[in-house]
Amino acid sequence: MSWEPVIGLEIHVQLKTRTKMFCRCAVGFGAGENTQTCPVCLGFPGALPVVNRRAVEWTILLGLALGCEIPGQAVFSRKNYFYPDLPKGYQISQYDLPSCINGNMLLPTAEGDRVIGIVRAHLEEDAAKTVHVGGRSGRIAGADFSLVDYNRGGTPLVEIVTAPDIRSADEAKRFLQLLRQTIVELGISDAEMEKGTLRVDSNVSVRPAGSAELRTRTEIKNMNSFNFIARGIDAEVERQIAAWESGGEVRQETYDFDAASGRLTARRAKEEADDYRYFPEPDLVPVEPPAELVERLRSELPEFPATRIRRIEATLDLDRATVLVTGGLDRLWGETVSAGAEPVATANVVANTLVGAGVDPAAVSATELSKLLEARDRIPRGAFDEAIAKLADPGFSADPYLAQESVSDTTELEPIVEAVLAANPGQVEAYRGGKEGLLGFFVGQVMKETQGKADPRVVNELVRAKLGE
Amino acid sequence: MAPVVDTLRLSAEEALGLVERREVSPGELHAAYLEAIGQRDGELHAYLRTSETSDGASIPIALKDVISTKGVETTAGSRILEGYVPVFDATVAARCKAAGLTFLGKTNTDEFAMGSSTENSAWGPSRNPWDPDRVPGGSGGGTSAAVSGGLAPWGLGSDTGGSIKQPSALCGNVGLRPTYGSVSRYGVVAFASSLDQVGPVAKTVRDAALLYSIIAGRDASDSTTVELPEPVALPESDRLDGLRIAVPTQLESLDAIEPGVRAAFERTVELARELGAEVGECDLPTSYRYGMPCYYLIAPAEASSNLARYDGVRYGPRADATTYDEMVERTRDDGFGAEPKRRIMLGTYALSAGYYDAFYGQAQKVRTLLIREHREALERFDVIATPTSPTVAFPIGDKAADPLAMYACDLLTIPSCLAGLPGLSIPCGLSEGLPVGLQLLGPQFGENVLFRTGHALEQAIAFDTVPERLR
Repeated sequence: MSWEPVIGLEIHVQLKTRTKMFCRCAVGFGAGENTQTCPVCLGFPGALPVVNRRAVEWTILLGLALGCEIPGQAVFSRKNYFYPDLPKGYQISQYDLPSCINGNMLLPTAEGDRVIGIVRAHLEEDAAKTVHVGGRSGRIAGADFSLVDYNRGGTPLVEIVTAPDIRSADEAKRFLQLLRQTIVELGISDAEMEKGTLRVDSNVSVRPAGSAELRTRTEIKNMNSFNFIARGIDAEVERQIAAWESGGEVRQETYDFDAASGRLTARRAKEEADDYRYFPEPDLVPVEPPAELVERLRSELPEFPATRIRRIEATLDLDRATVLVTGGLDRLWGETVSAGAEPVATANVVANTLVGAGVDPAAVSATELSKLLEARDRIPRGAFDEAIAKLADPGFSADPYLAQESVSDTTELEPIVEAVLAANPGQVEAYRGGKEGLLGFFVGQVMKETQGKADPRVVNELVRAKLGE
Repeated sequence: MAPVVDTLRLSAEEALGLVERREVSPGELHAAYLEAIGQRDGELHAYLRTSETSDGASIPIALKDVISTKGVETTAGSRILEGYVPVFDATVAARCKAAGLTFLGKTNTDEFAMGSSTENSAWGPSRNPWDPDRVPGGSGGGTSAAVSGGLAPWGLGSDTGGSIKQPSALCGNVGLRPTYGSVSRYGVVAFASSLDQVGPVAKTVRDAALLYSIIAGRDASDSTTVELPEPVALPESDRLDGLRIAVPTQLESLDAIEPGVRAAFERTVELARELGAEVGECDLPTSYRYGMPCYYLIAPAEASSNLARYDGVRYGPRADATTYDEMVERTRDDGFGAEPKRRIMLGTYALSAGYYDAFYGQAQKVRTLLIREHREALERFDVIATPTSPTVAFPIGDKAADPLAMYACDLLTIPSCLAGLPGLSIPCGLSEGLPVGLQLLGPQFGENVLFRTGHALEQAIAFDTVPERLR
């Protein structure tokens, strides 16, 4: 029997508002512990929350970008539980009446657009950061003591919940890349997994291919990159298929994925089911965004990444288009092509050489880049690579590099080729014995000897000719 | 040396006059009250702590211990906040300071304002200045005892289901529970957020109106507040011509109302008629049948959540324990008294999965009915009149072992609290030598009509607010 994965994602996005969700404390990293705090976000007696208007607007903006409906009324509720990172003993979170509902995102694939449903996007406050010292697990159970930094507590957090519409780990990864790019382009979050400003929990189940049933799902947490998420999902899908096929079953559990070992570890099951005793937060009034506000925000939406992927795909191909768009490189690509550069070569150089050199695409002049691309075959390879690496330098000009000519004079190159061959008799013999892949090695040696100034095509021909003698 | 003023008699308005005319300095006035406290508070225990220094330009005020005061311990009558010193002033405290008022001290309260007698205070009960063997009411018994006993010209209380109105009635004060949303709750230790309101306790209606004008109005730190639709008008007239007063028909069948209380109430209604008011009847059937159960679902539910923050992690005492869970459990077990524990359990149950719809959800529906019922009555009438408390002050210990009997003290004050409406209690006579309170209820933001009605009646009743035994 063949199995089909059924995957839904819960994505937490920390908004980069200037201040916290319910107080005026600054949001940000790197400040001293517990310095960005006040009576409100520390839950002092009598302190009351006040909704951050910008956070609400950004949540609506995100909802609109995800094709959501924006209900006329959203209500904050209290989610009650005890934990040291939760100063009030409850988290304020939208619950049954969220700001955004019923959306979807188009994921361009080779088989057409996949529609991934967005069940809801709601606004809540982040918890503080705890460090459990001592003990085995780094968890609160068994720790000698715990330290709490409340700086993060109360940071605005949007939770996006997808429908179980995702069918593979790869699809999950590509969905997340596209979603992340959408969020970054809205300017509402850095959405960086390493910093924790983007966090993803995956809900995974499997079912016989072609069936419509939904079997018991498990949740995978604590994955800090898109690749790990994909690997975690793959591992869990495999585990569940094995469980069903061996006549066992899947229990509803939460797993941590350890990227180093590739292993999933089940968290200790709780003795009782959670009962958060949600009720409407009486300290706040309902959020009722005026229709004009929603329409203004809608008019501010940039073109969606998926639309751009489809547009660029017409010139390139889906993979290259996806890489450019989700890497935030498509604007530079488009401008460079408009300036006269060849589209595929431009895509390759932008997505590989430029990103590999750590160049900020936003700081690059498309005109200068197109000049370099046009001269790429004429100028020395070393000069080209150096120029790419310096593209984002202030006042960068391609002209000094364009003036450099690569050495294509065979009389100049022949002695160098001969010297390289003479220095590597073993490889020469191996080549002649049939290992033609060594050609690149010889070319590379010659390029090295000429400090990258030789014309690789000429060197190629020369080496081939000499070895053929 | 004779005291500069008679603190038992002096109204806040008179005290302000003395200061304005420079007949008495703010410091002398403060000292006079401290002296009175020194004389009588050993018996009354109205204050949990007093402030020896006066730094304001005006008269002093007493604050219920649920109101955060920067640099001054604020316990809300609970051991779990022992030693907690706020780093900020509640908005109402800041507004009092801005008006030049100086803080005489923090007054006693039932723990987290949960109670009707101050017997639930972790620091021992306050006593009624009219009879020290009796309770001053609660939860704001400390403020009421202070005002009635001449230990403060006026004070602030907080009212969730009657904690300003009921002790004002039992001590012979004027107490206003304002319209929900007219006074900031920022910095006021929360009991039940959708019901809590801070309000004045005073000797006269004009004093109450004056203090209300100082504290009321929108506060950006409390999202549930709004700007008053009209400014506070200090009442002048001693007539009630054209005023329409309603008496709920349900009062007649409420056996809980003591005969002496009923007699004083009926005399007062008659007096209103003589002052020119039209008196009629209104119907509040849901209020008196379902108001109490509704309140005892909503208030504990919110309290169970509001009191979750007292976990020993950030402030207050912390119990010794080896794990986090154990530390929280012990801290809360040691720190909370019986009544908060009872309400935390009630509220937790009412909000639990599977019970929410039947309890909390149902109570919210009843609340909607109460709101409608009051609105309909107040479309036909300007003011609804009832006794404030069904009884006069009862002996200390009388109801301490019977929570339901204690809860019944608020039978008449609770419904309008659930409806978010303002209520003014004024003394309207004596029964068994103890004060009886008249409760006047108005529409949302109808404080001015309550002041006008209360003031005219006050003039006609001419109640002597000084307890007989202290005259």
